Amino acid sequence: MTTSRGPMATRSPLPARLVVNALLGLMTLYTLVPLWWLFVSATKGEGYLYRGSPLWFSHFDLGGNLSRVFSFQDGAFSSWLANSALYSLLGAAVSTLLSVMAGFALAKYRFRGREAIFNVILASVLIPAPMFALPLFLMLAKLQLTDTYWAVLLPSFVSPFGVYLSRIYASASVPDELLEAARMDGAGEQRAFFRIALPVMTPALVTVFLFQFVSVWNNYLLPALMLNEASKLPVTVGLVQWRSEFANGVPPMLPITGAFVSLVPLLIAFVSLQRFWRSGLTAGAVK
Amino acid sequence: MSSQTAPPPVPAPPLTPAPPRASAAPGRRHRTALNAAGFLAPFGLLFAAMMLAPIGYAIYQSFFTVRREGLFGGAQTTRFAGFDNFLDALHDADFTASLGRVALLGVVQVPVMLGLALALALLLDSRSARFKKTFRLTFFLPYALPGAIAAVMWSFLLVKDISPFTGPLSALGIHTDFLSAGWIPVSIGNMITWGWTGYNMLIIYSALQAVPGEVIEAATLDNCTGWRLAWYVKIPLVRAALVLTTVFSVIGTAQLYTEPAVLAAARIPGASSKFSPIMNTTLNASQANPNLAAAESVLLALVTLVLSFGVLKFAQRRMADA
Repeated sequence: MTTSRGPMATRSPLPARLVVNALLGLMTLYTLVPLWWLFVSATKGEGYLYRGSPLWFSHFDLGGNLSRVFSFQDGAFSSWLANSALYSLLGAAVSTLLSVMAGFALAKYRFRGREAIFNVILASVLIPAPMFALPLFLMLAKLQLTDTYWAVLLPSFVSPFGVYLSRIYASASVPDELLEAARMDGAGEQRAFFRIALPVMTPALVTVFLFQFVSVWNNYLLPALMLNEASKLPVTVGLVQWRSEFANGVPPMLPITGAFVSLVPLLIAFVSLQRFWRSGLTAGAVK
Repeated sequence: MSSQTAPPPVPAPPLTPAPPRASAAPGRRHRTALNAAGFLAPFGLLFAAMMLAPIGYAIYQSFFTVRREGLFGGAQTTRFAGFDNFLDALHDADFTASLGRVALLGVVQVPVMLGLALALALLLDSRSARFKKTFRLTFFLPYALPGAIAAVMWSFLLVKDISPFTGPLSALGIHTDFLSAGWIPVSIGNMITWGWTGYNMLIIYSALQAVPGEVIEAATLDNCTGWRLAWYVKIPLVRAALVLTTVFSVIGTAQLYTEPAVLAAARIPGASSKFSPIMNTTLNASQANPNLAAAESVLLALVTLVLSFGVLKFAQRRMADA
């Protein structure tokens, strides 16, 4: 990452270093204070949210809060987490496979209408996702598919940006000679794709999977429109529902502790998969 | 903007020299097209059903209207309405007010967020910065948080009695309630800034990292350092990344939904259920006027497209002039 910038590794003057790092520190505070508040609040005993310092512990009862979160409404929270995992894992897995197949076809076969198809897919990237959500809801409602797992899964299988990325990657990294050689050896097109092209395209696969996973996990509008039944909700919609039922007797500690708990798996995944995020994002903006 | 469908930037493909393309023999072209269709079909079918069809359906619906014969559940007739729905949309005061509100929010918030992202990227890229990895990871953290859950967090964090910000601010003589009607746009802008500054910073920072070391060295030898190095050398070199992040942010602002919707769902007294254009369209759709909702969706999509293409064209012209 740190590209060597020549022999000018002279240290910058002390005041400059102080100012630069102080500013970066300020931004760190802005980023972390809300998360710290969430953690501290999730540990506070029932009724102590409004007392004591907002940024320091009092009446530590994280265990009690956790057991209340997981037992409230017959364990609705755990099924929300499971649903979120199902939607994002399955959605990301299927969309990755479909995107890579389509991207490969657009990169490696020459046929009429190829550029037209690619341009339509590319244009759809520029149209914001919520534009599709409402008409899609009205359509699926007519087919009586709303309030089913499919209503969230089917749209998650489609990632035009994944196709765009896969095409760029395939045309630059899968040599035609390699495919040609496989065909000469009698491999069918499918075999050539799965055995030759797919392994070469692994970095693109990982990137498409990760970003689709996060975008499904973070989605709110689509599942909020499509789903009614509490047992099918992802954790985003479920927690907002708890927040809105605050007045109807859902104690405030539940959405707060729930929000904290739902962050933990993603934070762990995030820090441990850092390498992949970096390679996806950093190499990205170069051109 | 948690609904910002931030498309992931492209990973750099390994550089292999482009092999000479073997021109397909005429007899093989048919087979090639069939093979390609086999790989394209699964995605293509779902893409048509989940994206093209809804757009078509919205456009179709926006030109029709449903009339009920008689007052009490008589037969419904659908008739062509021309541009009536679009005129109704422009006369829908809630809808136009939400367009203006979100436009104002974007005009203020997007430059603040991107300015901050650029400043942070330049600071991180400067020689004086320490702990670069830790800072970078920290700034990027909020991206891991679903916007809806972050909004639930802020909806408590900004409540006057529990907010850690109320105390210090009132010590400075500022007495505010961040969740009062007047402050809600500011609070929503803050949520988006908190959630997306790090993401945008990383895109700009990556572009900065790609600036060749010799360029910086040459500038340094010419005594161009510090903020002058940033202003005259680095910023012009990362203009493409700035354009990219601007387009994403404009699209993200136009489709603002999650943050105001969560505040409204949380029954914050000052929060309106008609804050953003998309909230209005979903509301109209659920209140049995799907045709008006469709027209408003189409209008919003057009405005967004014009804006994002506008930014791109403007940037291209500026780059050509430079």
